[in-house]
Amino acid sequence: MLAYIVRRLLYAIPILIGVNLLTFALFFVVNTPDDMARMQLGVKRVTPEAIEKWKAERGYDKPLLYNGAADGAEKVTSTIFFEKSVKLFVFDFGRADDGRDIGHEIRTRMGPSLAIAVPTFVLGLFVTVSFALLLAFFRATYLDFWGVVVCVAMMSVSSLFYIIGGQYLVSKVWHLVPISGYAGGPDAMRFLLLPVLISVVAGIGSSTRWYRTIFLEEIGKDYVRTARAKGLSEPTVLFRHVLKNAMIPILTGVVVVIPLLFMGSLLVESFFGVPGLGSYTIDAINAQDFAVVRSMVFIGSLLYIVGLLLTDLSYTLVDPRVRLQ
Amino acid sequence: MMPVVLWTDALVFLLIACAAGAGFYVGRREYLLASWRRVGESRAGMAALTVLLAFVAVGLLDSLHYRPRLDVAAGKPGGGYSTEVRSALDALLLPLKAATEKTYSAPLATHLYAKETVELPDGSQARLFPRLKHGGAHLQDAEAKWGRDVALRVLRGLALAVLCGLTFAALAAQLAARHWGIGRLAAWRRIRRGETRIAWNAVLATLAVLLLIAGPVASLAGGYHVFGTDKVGQDVLYLTLKSIRTGLVIGTITTLAMLPFAVALGIAAGYLGGWVDDVIQYIYTTLNSIPGVLLIAAAVLMVQVAIDTHPDWFATGAQRADARLLALCLILGVTSWTGLCRLLRAETLKLRELEYVQAAQAFGASAIRVMGRHILPNVMHIVLIAVVMDFSGLVLAEAVLSYIGIGVDPSTISFGTMINTARLELAREPVVWWSLLAAFVFMFVLVLAANLFADAVRDAFDPRLAGRRAALREKTA
Amino acid sequence: MHEFPRHVWLLVFAVFLGGCGEVWNNPYPAQDGGSNTFYSAFTERPKHLDPVQSYSEDEAEFNAQIYEPPLQYHYLKRPYALVPMTAEAVPRPRYEDAAGRPVAADSPRVAFSVYEIRIKPGILYQPHPAFARDETGRLRYHDLRREDLASIYALRDFPNTGTRELTAADYVYQIKRLAHPRLHSPVLGLMSEYIVGLREFAQRLKQEDAALAAAGRRGAWLDLTRFPLAGVETLDTYSYRIRIKGRYPQFAYWLAMNFFAPVPIEADRFFAQLGMAEKNLTLDWYPIGTGPYMLTENNPNARMVLERNPNYRGEAYPNEGEQGDAAAGLLADAGKRMPFVDKVVFSREREGIPYWNKFLQGYYDSSGISSDSFDQAVRVSVEGEAAVSPEMAARGIRLEASVGTATRYFAFNWLDPVVGGGQADAAARERARKLRQAISIALDWEEFISIFANGRGIPGQGPIPPGIFGFKAGEAGINPVVYDWSNGASQRKSIEVAKRLLAEAGYPDGREAKSGQPLVLYLDTTDRGPGDKPRLDWYRKQFAKLSIQLEIRGTDYNRFQEKVRKGAAQMFAWGWNADYPDPENFLFLFHGPQSRARTQGENAANYANAEYDRLFQQVKHMDNGPARQALIDRMTAILHEDAPWSFGFHPKDYGLIHGWVTNLKPNHMARNGLKYRRIDAALRERSRAEWNRPVLWPLGLIAALIAASAAPAVIGWRRREQSRGGA
Repeated sequence: MLAYIVRRLLYAIPILIGVNLLTFALFFVVNTPDDMARMQLGVKRVTPEAIEKWKAERGYDKPLLYNGAADGAEKVTSTIFFEKSVKLFVFDFGRADDGRDIGHEIRTRMGPSLAIAVPTFVLGLFVTVSFALLLAFFRATYLDFWGVVVCVAMMSVSSLFYIIGGQYLVSKVWHLVPISGYAGGPDAMRFLLLPVLISVVAGIGSSTRWYRTIFLEEIGKDYVRTARAKGLSEPTVLFRHVLKNAMIPILTGVVVVIPLLFMGSLLVESFFGVPGLGSYTIDAINAQDFAVVRSMVFIGSLLYIVGLLLTDLSYTLVDPRVRLQ
Repeated sequence: MMPVVLWTDALVFLLIACAAGAGFYVGRREYLLASWRRVGESRAGMAALTVLLAFVAVGLLDSLHYRPRLDVAAGKPGGGYSTEVRSALDALLLPLKAATEKTYSAPLATHLYAKETVELPDGSQARLFPRLKHGGAHLQDAEAKWGRDVALRVLRGLALAVLCGLTFAALAAQLAARHWGIGRLAAWRRIRRGETRIAWNAVLATLAVLLLIAGPVASLAGGYHVFGTDKVGQDVLYLTLKSIRTGLVIGTITTLAMLPFAVALGIAAGYLGGWVDDVIQYIYTTLNSIPGVLLIAAAVLMVQVAIDTHPDWFATGAQRADARLLALCLILGVTSWTGLCRLLRAETLKLRELEYVQAAQAFGASAIRVMGRHILPNVMHIVLIAVVMDFSGLVLAEAVLSYIGIGVDPSTISFGTMINTARLELAREPVVWWSLLAAFVFMFVLVLAANLFADAVRDAFDPRLAGRRAALREKTA
Repeated sequence: MHEFPRHVWLLVFAVFLGGCGEVWNNPYPAQDGGSNTFYSAFTERPKHLDPVQSYSEDEAEFNAQIYEPPLQYHYLKRPYALVPMTAEAVPRPRYEDAAGRPVAADSPRVAFSVYEIRIKPGILYQPHPAFARDETGRLRYHDLRREDLASIYALRDFPNTGTRELTAADYVYQIKRLAHPRLHSPVLGLMSEYIVGLREFAQRLKQEDAALAAAGRRGAWLDLTRFPLAGVETLDTYSYRIRIKGRYPQFAYWLAMNFFAPVPIEADRFFAQLGMAEKNLTLDWYPIGTGPYMLTENNPNARMVLERNPNYRGEAYPNEGEQGDAAAGLLADAGKRMPFVDKVVFSREREGIPYWNKFLQGYYDSSGISSDSFDQAVRVSVEGEAAVSPEMAARGIRLEASVGTATRYFAFNWLDPVVGGGQADAAARERARKLRQAISIALDWEEFISIFANGRGIPGQGPIPPGIFGFKAGEAGINPVVYDWSNGASQRKSIEVAKRLLAEAGYPDGREAKSGQPLVLYLDTTDRGPGDKPRLDWYRKQFAKLSIQLEIRGTDYNRFQEKVRKGAAQMFAWGWNADYPDPENFLFLFHGPQSRARTQGENAANYANAEYDRLFQQVKHMDNGPARQALIDRMTAILHEDAPWSFGFHPKDYGLIHGWVTNLKPNHMARNGLKYRRIDAALRERSRAEWNRPVLWPLGLIAALIAASAAPAVIGWRRREQSRGGA
């Protein structure tokens, strides 16, 4: 088991290197160091010397991948790629183009992101699984039919409409919660209520349908028929047997996203002005802040790999028959 | 005029050619046809297909591009074409496109939405709602005649729709009668009661509904802005119809672009195994682990930089915008092929162990041949399901990406750009709701139809559902 | 039983929101209600708060309240006038010849201008740990080890603070910091041209820094006081002297900007300690000043809070203003001690819509600068007079309008062979000029202003906006190439005139006369967001009036700048905000030697005209007066004729203010307006409660809907249970 985990984590290293190379290549084509300097130095009265100075200070005056002018190992290490990427592996994210510490920024922004993502995830999972169980219970009745119709209709609405509509009605017209913003502590509730509700509602359609399919597949299996034949009541069958056995396919979809909750939601955070990692990413994209985007890509990839690993591990927990090797 | 074939146009036509080829291929194979018949049996599926085809028709019209010739005064040297690229749809909707007002006006309005201080003929000033230049301009006395005029137009449109509908029904009955060799009335009854293998009644009913909506809208559009106008006075109905093509292109070209990779790599990984499998798995895990939005952002920005630094590559703005649309499709394809690839790999792993594949190997068939002849046809249903399922997601994704600013070019009319501008209008007082509502309704109908059709296809093709169907049947029994 | 869910629902809501009192949507803590706090917002994270680096208006929003340069602009008077802030008086330059002998101001031998500034005694810095001293009088936090910083995350984690008196040396130190090799002052290049010895000083520091790095002490403390700066010296505790090369009357304006604010060396040394920068403890994050406010909460992601500086000396509110200011109530507080507001809370608001809605709900005291939502609030009449809409007026919302010291323009690249003016052949030059003039007439800025700026602007007749010396109103000021004067107003020439000019330029009906090929022009813009499409359509429409085919190339700002820098853009739309209220700051945008493509200057159109350049050299150093006006008129006439720009418009800034805010008058040069402001917190509290009553029926409706949809399920369940029981 431990060996398996270690092996998987080692396997992550080439992937992370690949991710780094790819993002590095993409962003440096887009955004030369000159561009970054100009972006940061403002519009008025920017001299070429100022740009050179800015670049030199941040190490952007070095060659990208290979430094012919340096000696020995420095040929590789004294390059932008090496200096900006290798440190990521020890979680030293360096400074954003505006000179602020990215690690500090990520730590402070993680809280608000999680404050939205975790309740959304838990509440969403609970609501959709129960809804799906209900539909499975009433399968092949008009309730099931209309339930599915509602689900399909709900998943045909762009998430933008949920957010725009929800914000407009609940905040603007009904004055029930603040329109945007965020505060820590007990005050957070007022700010979180609407984004969480909207995210949950926006996710109901597709998830419910997906879980319902899983449940129906499970119900079609022989053991369920046996259980029912033994005279177990329908709810018992559903909760004891079907729900338990449907855990594996549900887990595959769910566990992998848990670590990614850290990344926050791009849309919700930017609409509601939540200072989380999602809005940080969007800001960085808009400002073309390469250092930040690269760090976020790195973290995202890392979390994704952790998610895959967790998925595998969770199989063994749910189903002892699964062995990892 | 000078025909212009944009990149996406070419791909759309290629897609249609592929679809026609596939149709021909399927038509000659009974076992494949059987699955498609199951789609045909689904009422919801056929109704959805009808709606989709209507959208596709609009999209196709909008894919025939040309540059109009510039007028030359008589007797002067001339030639040359406008830099504006138009489509057949533009030509058809020219009255709508040309009828721009000053700024916002509500649906079917005859006056602007905001009061303005205007100078009266006698030199004095008054604050009032100015009349529109086009909307209801044919009415002398707008207040008194408006209701009557609108009602009349609606009735006229309805009448036209009913007429068309009846013609269709008669045509269908006629064709059916000839097919079955029975009387027309009897044939009609069979269609109506759904006693046909293909759910023709659903098709006809949907068609009727579409006609009943399109008729009055078309009739009203002759004199009014049916969905109002936007900030610079453009007709919202026109904008919505133009958005359809963008949505369709994103939904289809993306999959078209990613399919070859996903299929080839997925099957190769599953069939060949070994280091090939390792490399392919490495590639898709790496791609998958990069947060999609960031990858798209980087790639879109990169393409934009390339476009910006080489303005001479494109003769017109439309071509430039199209390059970005195409790039967006390709990039979305890159980020979304991994899922299908993994599914195909898993399926191939299973198929590889089957007897007939083993037999082919034993006979010394080359790996390429085995993959092409024996495995590919047996995973096509997965590909098909993936394609139709992805469509709606991609249409929705476009809107979100455009919101973040990494979607289509701002000069491309799309649902995303419409929603984005409409978002600001909700903050107005009195609120401007029609752009958002129009985008919402059209997008909802398109995505809903796509979802329903995808369901029908999946139900028809997915063998795993056999179990589920059994469960349902047992329940109802 | 069926009612159960509804109760739970309402209960949950009541628990969530019960603590907020009557209003549920208050984004601020409930206990802050009724406090003497001004609420505002910021959209962009400030990048630099260090006064040598900060050069943007959103940063000035904070910095100008904290740092005090020697001079400031009079809050009420127009045209803008400099008054002392910490200085005793506005310095008058003395002139010297090359040998340092005093000469008269108009002498041709003037080689230096000398400014002597005397500051008021007794001004204290805000409380700051950099000044904290222990019992022995030693600076407490100046020899910190890394361990000492272990529990420090923000400036407020230092338990002790101190202060000291402001001295002239602090001003001198800051001027030296402009040349600091590790700081990027955007004005270093410009100031090196003027301040005696600054260029050499910067060179010297650069060498020192390199030497430090070579000695393996990269980034170590660089003591600027060790090096002399020839042109700037401390005379005594309260006065210092700056020597300027030649004559540069505009220098006084720079003395009102944060680049010349005082920075105490203690602060610089304090932040230079090892480990500080790693914790984001830098002068760039934590400003330290003598001003009315100090930054107490610094979270650029969410909120920035300014609080009253307890050591502030208490400047008096101005006693006089412009005509009409007294009637507007702007002089009610005359002579009273400022500031009036205890605390200013800036919340980060990235999106315009929440910003606007929160303003309407009373959670922001004034609305931001330009927003799309404005036109719902502001109605513009034919004469261009703006007023708040009746709905707003009923809420007590006021409008503050003023023409900004800025201009938006549409430039023709002088280096371009089609629209430019640099051709060798005089006939070709003439043709291009006619083309530019035709386009200038066709570009209907009046329409642009009415559609896109909601009337917030006045069409430009030349580069100089109203409120700046050199601007001429009425018939004398119109651009005779583009406008006619009729019925007491300027009237854009008809499109027929433009068409005729176009034909004379050799493009009748938008086609090249000889080949008959259509004329295609290219416009570069940064408009490429999803909301910019209408604007692009507008441009296209304007050129279509002349049958010119317009190709628009939207690029991102970086690429746009690069194109302009290389002179590769044919036509482009851009703008300029004044640094200081002097015509030189606009006229230099056409000065040939400052061409963007050739010398990286600010002349983005690369315009070059020998006569204009000659006049510019004269106008630059003159004092305002009829002679200067005459020269400016001549220069403007040249620009009208040559039309290197289509003079777009001078944007008007409209600010909306709630009824509880007083003493607010827009001032485009001064950003330190917070100290003048006063609010009526009780009125605000009442208004908020009135405007934000929660609407509860939708909650009931939703609950009812859920109950209604749950009913069939419950019935179905029961029925099934019964049938099981019966079977």
